[in-house]
Formats: sequence, structure tokens, C-alpha cells
Amino acid sequence: MPVIVSCGTYIPYGRLPRETIGRSWSIPSAPGERAVAGPDEDSLTMAVEAGLNALADADPAAVDGLFFATTTAPYRQKQCATTIAAALDLRPDILTADFTNGLRAGTAALRAACDAVAAGTARCVLVVAADCRPAEPETQAEQVFGDAAAAVLVAREGSGAEVQGSFSVAEEFVGPWRTDRDRFLKSFDARFELNYGYVRNMVAAVTGLLERYGVKPEDLHRAALAAPDLRGGMEVVRRLRFDPKRTAVQDPLLAGVGDTGAAQPLLLLAAALEEARPGERMLLAGWGEGGDAFLLAVTGKVGCGRGLQHYLRTRKVLASYNAYLKARDLFRREPYVPKSSPVIYWRDRRDLLNFYGLRCRNCGTVQYPSGRACFTCGAKDRGEPVRLAKRGRVFTFTLDHLVYGDYSDIPVPRLVVELEGGGRVFLEGTDCDPEEIRVDMPVELVLRIVHRGAGFNNYYWKCRPVR
Amino acid sequence: MSVKDRVAVIGVGYTRFGEHWEKDAEDLLIEAVYEALEDAGVTLQDVQAGWVGIFYDFTGCGGSTVSDILKWFGRPITRVENYCASGMDAFRNACFAVASGAYDIVLACGVEKILDQGSRGLPGIGEIGHPVYGSVSAPGMFALAATRCFHVHGWTREDLALVAVKNHKNGAAHPKAHFRREITVEDALRAPMIAYPLGRYDCCAVSDGAAALILARPEVARTSRHKDDYVLVKANALSVHTMLPMYQPGFDYLGWPATQYAARMAYAEAGIKNPREEISLAEVHDCFTITEILNYEDLGFCEKGEGVRFLREGIPYIDGRLPVNPSGGLKCFGHPIGATGCRMLVEVTKQLQGRADGLQVKDPRLGLAHNLGGAGTTASVTILGRRD
Repeated sequence: MPVIVSCGTYIPYGRLPRETIGRSWSIPSAPGERAVAGPDEDSLTMAVEAGLNALADADPAAVDGLFFATTTAPYRQKQCATTIAAALDLRPDILTADFTNGLRAGTAALRAACDAVAAGTARCVLVVAADCRPAEPETQAEQVFGDAAAAVLVAREGSGAEVQGSFSVAEEFVGPWRTDRDRFLKSFDARFELNYGYVRNMVAAVTGLLERYGVKPEDLHRAALAAPDLRGGMEVVRRLRFDPKRTAVQDPLLAGVGDTGAAQPLLLLAAALEEARPGERMLLAGWGEGGDAFLLAVTGKVGCGRGLQHYLRTRKVLASYNAYLKARDLFRREPYVPKSSPVIYWRDRRDLLNFYGLRCRNCGTVQYPSGRACFTCGAKDRGEPVRLAKRGRVFTFTLDHLVYGDYSDIPVPRLVVELEGGGRVFLEGTDCDPEEIRVDMPVELVLRIVHRGAGFNNYYWKCRPVR
Repeated sequence: MSVKDRVAVIGVGYTRFGEHWEKDAEDLLIEAVYEALEDAGVTLQDVQAGWVGIFYDFTGCGGSTVSDILKWFGRPITRVENYCASGMDAFRNACFAVASGAYDIVLACGVEKILDQGSRGLPGIGEIGHPVYGSVSAPGMFALAATRCFHVHGWTREDLALVAVKNHKNGAAHPKAHFRREITVEDALRAPMIAYPLGRYDCCAVSDGAAALILARPEVARTSRHKDDYVLVKANALSVHTMLPMYQPGFDYLGWPATQYAARMAYAEAGIKNPREEISLAEVHDCFTITEILNYEDLGFCEKGEGVRFLREGIPYIDGRLPVNPSGGLKCFGHPIGATGCRMLVEVTKQLQGRADGLQVKDPRLGLAHNLGGAGTTASVTILGRRD
């Protein structure tokens, strides 16, 4: 039986109080704040960090498959799962796939992972889900949406949360939607969409699941139910007749993070699993043109790397609504497109994404990038690939105001970092106040979009202070 | 082969350095070269070969940049590019050509026309090399050293400001300088940050300009217009280290090895044992204030870690024992990249001849010029001496 042996989450550093949005447009605001991905983040980079958390105690070489789920894939044509797999340093002989478009992408990917493991075609599959949905300014969605990622590692054996069964319904439904010509999500009638698209399908999927496996609502200790808003979520709980005293319904994190779209079911599952104790039975359900429901039994502790509480705590409130517009690229500026080359990006992928350097067999020096001759002893072709640590200390730095031939009032931190275990790298700082950077400060590496040279997303590592 | 005493500088010329909105590379180079030809008392037809330092392709590619501007066809002319040391490397190649006996009279020149590009800072500098790995502006490359020196030596932004104040004071007296205004430490500290910890006055400006030298065999020099005061090349060294110090394991950021190697080679060639005592003046590469302080150490004017003390003791001031950048340096001339190395040599030549355009150092015997390029990557050290 497939077992979720570990999970991981990621919430971006930036948070925007909904009051800031409401005030900017002179419209009523919802309570709480929403998570906002930084200007150098997208669904792919967020998925990498959630994936790294899920793999915190696992050997990446044991992973046989990677499924990436999102409604906001950074590419229309080009698989994202391969990029994520490289950044997570997974083996090349694995199945990778993107699950996209519907809000059920996350639960569909989980279902596919469980089926593959149950069928014996894979021993271990990592599912990563992330969303970073563009909301039209001055709409409710702008306040409600939030950016986040979550990941679960599904294995054939081990302790954690057994996936005992699942049930799906599919129903043609238009709303909300985004065509290939739309920049922002569209909605026809919000109440219709909530009552029929969401509540009705959630109830149908969960009811079907409970009937199929002969489980009563009161048998469940815990329920992770996707919810686009609080009222809708409460309506689902009411219709399913969950007694809050018997069944702990996972907080949908709407107040502090937002509606995280295709990432939400796995995010709530991870949140619930961090709290769950062995012996508990759990429900997971997601929606979107139908519904997917899962029945889980907790048999042991589920690893989570750096847990959700860390990310909920680690936050920076954006100074203004304009900071949000900038972070999400919502106003037009003349883009500066530096040079790049997909050829070079492919040739150097082991250095760039898998983040390998070379250790000299002659003198032991670890060097990066992987040059043919050793930086220290000059020996030719004596280096063996070595996976570099994603933590280190600042050796020296500058806060550079000259960026691509222009003066920027906000400087870009550029840091020379000595990596733990060897290797020296030169990285841009992110998710930090430039003023806080010091020599010897511990930093950790995060995958980000460094620029869009040659028209593609040049993903590479940056670093941020360890918090 | 040593070039010592085998090459003479018989003529020099250079444009005003600064913002030349009304001039292009042709105007700048032709002015500098013709000034040098007139100074030497020779014609273009007497010159047998040429080397030109140019960094940016938009200034000009190939030797034809020179031949087309001067309408000087059929000669062997080579463009030399070696980052910000391109100018002095052009001079170095010209020296070898004369010292080897291949030619009697040659041209070494440098030119750069940058301001047409409309960039803040040096255009395109962040795009050199790999497209994905971290890039950094030119000030940023050197700021990395300043941050590290602050950490290790306890130096401060005030220490750096002293370099700017000194060089601006010198440059204020130089008619060909880009900036001719004295500044105070407070001005420097109050200026906007460019790449922390380097503020605007820690950085040299982006400027346009050209400089040229006519070199000849000493036998030729002895019958030239400057037969009584031509200058001899005593040493000429180039060292290339790495453009990737940020990746080099163990690189300490407390100096630039290329300068140290080049200085060592040059002193050996010139027979200099104690540079601080023997050298009369130095034009060094003060692209950034931190660089000048590290140059004191790398050039052996003082011990490692003692650069700020050397400065605070007044030694590199115009009235000190070893005036550094009496012209005002890059701080006041700006840095039209390919031209800078040649401009320094023009300055040292005129100082040794007692006809400096700015502040004249008293009775100099040996002058040093130091040109540094890249991320402390390429260093060229030239030592010139009086004929007597």
C-alpha cells in the first residue's frame, strides 16, 4: 500500500496585508494577509523548495518519479518537472510529468503517484504542487489568492500515512477558468461556482469515498479539505456532517497564506500530517471540475524538513501595494533582456541546477564552476564531480546599485559564499534586507529565476540568510 | 629578453579626458596621435608599426580602427584587448617590437568612446563570461575587496575617502582632467552609494579619451627632437591572474596577485631593490579608492595591511616621499578603458621630462605606471627613467 513517508511545504517570504490592497483601491478588504512570491520566484522555484523539504531525510537517488502539479506552469510548452528534478538532483532514469490546468492537478498527481507505487512501476514518487495565480488587480481574487507550494513523497513501504483508498468524480464545469489568451482568472457567477463547482463536487467525492470504504464521518480523526474561501469550506463541513469535536478539520490557511490553488490540497495535507499522531484516520479532498478524495491512516511520523510553522513565522510584510505589483510583474516596464543561451544552459546543467562542482583528485580542492584544470594545482582533468552543499557563509559581499547598465535605488546583494564542505560560489542575495548582510553570516541556497535572457527562464541559485 | 634601456619614448600626446559629446573615436585618436607625432618631430610616414589598446568592440575592432582613422594604410597594426589594462599592454607589445630591433619607430596608443552608449557605469560589463552565473558591476568587483579589507583590517569608508580627496586635489590642477574640483571627506561620505561600500567618489567616472606615444630605438632617440630629454623604458611586465576571484578557493580579497607578480617582474628587470625609496612617482590604477590603497601594498610601497597607514602618513601625497597619482589619477581623468594605460605613460614621461601639465613632482628620476584590468585580473607595470 502506498505510504506518504514525508512531506514538505514552502510559503514565500513576502506577505501583503489584505487591508493594504483594499486601501490601495478604496474597496473593502478581507481580514488577514496573503503570501506573495518574490519577483524572482514562480511555481517551479517554489516547488523546488517544498521538494527539498520533503527530501530532507531521503536519498534523492531513491526517487523513481517526479510529478509537478500547478495551474501556473511557467512554460506553455516545456516540461517543468525536469527542471525541478535536476535542481533536486534526482536520477535521470525516472518518470517526470507535469499535471496542469485544473485545481485538481495536485490531487491528480498524488493519485497517479499512489497508483504507480501500488502497481509496482515505481518504488518512490515525489509529488510537488505549487501555484502562483495571477489575479486581476482590484478584484476579490487579488485579496484571496496566495502563493505556496507543497510536496509529498509516496513510497511503497515505510511508516507515515498509508493511502488506503481514493475516489474521484469528474464533472464538466466552466468556472473559474483561464483560457490560453487570458492573463487573469475569469469568473462568471461566483455563487454558482462556489455552490456547484466547489461544494457539490467536494461533497460528492468525499461521500463516494466514505461509501466505497465503509467509513463514517465520525471515524475520521482529521480532515484536510481544500477551500477557496472560509464560508464555502464551512458549508462542505456542514454538509458532510463532520463533528468538529471528533474530527479536526485542518485550518485552510486562508487568513495567513490565501487560496493557494492547485497547491492547496497537498499544503493542507502536509499541515495536517505535521500534527497527526499514529493511529489516526484522515481524509484529504480537493476540487476543480469534479473532486478527488483520499482516505489515509497514520502509522508513524511523517518527516517534513523545515516544517510549515517555520514558513508561517518567517515572513516580511511588503511595504506597499506597489511592492506587490513589482513582485508579481503586474505593471509594464521596458524589460532588459540579457544574453543567454539554451545551449550553454543545457551543457552546464549539472553545475547550474544539480549544483555539482569538482573535487581535485590531485590536491583535494573543491572548485566551482567545474573547470577542466584545477584552480589550485592546475592539474588537468583530475576532478571528480561532487554535490555541493546548499549552505555556507558569506566571505565578502557588495550591495550593487548598478544593475544591467542602470542605477537602481534598491541594491542587489552579491555575495561570495564559502560552502560547507568546500567550494566557493558567487551568488545574488534574495529574500533579505540588503542592510542585514554581514561577513561570516550563514546563508542557504534557493533556486530562483535569475533573469530571462534569450527569452527563457534562467533558473539558478541565489542565497538568503538562514532564519 | 629585457626591454631595459632598449626603448625610448620620443613623443607623447593625449586628449582632454571627459565627456566628449561632440567627438567620436576618430576625433579623439587623431588628436592624440598627431600631438604625439608633433611632439616627436616625426611624420606618420616615419612610423613603421602600431598597437592600439581598445576594450570595447563598439569603439573599434582590429588594427583598421587606427589605419582608417589616420588613413595610414599597409602598416602592421594590432588591436590589443586585455580588460582595463589594454592600453598599457598595447605599449608593452610596441616595446618588444622596438627592443627586438624589428622596427625603429612605432606607435602605441589607446582610445575609448564610451559615453555614446548611454549606460550608467560601464556598458555590458555584467555580461562578460557565462550568461547564468552571478554577474556584478565593475564597482561591485572591487567592493568585494573593500568589504573584506574592512572586515580583516578594520579599514573604514573614511580611509577610502582620503584617496579621493588626495587625487581630486591633484586633478584640480590638471588642464586635461575630467574633474577639476577639490572635494572633502564629507563630500565623499555623503555621496550616493554605487556598490556598497563604494560611494560615488570612491569610483572613477566613465569618460572618453585617447592617448598616444611614439617609441623608438635609443639610437634614433639620440637624434630626435627630444634628444636631451627622451625617456627610457626600464621595465615592462604583465601578469594575468583570474577573472573569477569570487570562485577561486582561498582568494583572500586583500590584494590583487596580478599586481604583485607584475611588480616583482618589473623591479627585477629594472634592478629596483627598494621601490619605496627608488621610485620618484607613480601613476597607479585607482579605478576605485580601495584599489589605490591595495596598490600601495601590491606594488611593494608598504607591507601588506599597511596601505591605509602609508596613506595617512602622507607618503603618496604630492609633497610626500612617493607621490602617487600626481595627475589626479583615474579618479579625476575617468577611465576610457583602452586609453588609460597610455595616458598614465604620457603623464610619467612628462613628469620625468619636467613638463607635467598638472602638478610637477620635483626632480623625478624613475616613474612607475600601473594599469589593472578585469576583477584585478590583468596587471601591467611599466617603469620609465630619464635618459641620464
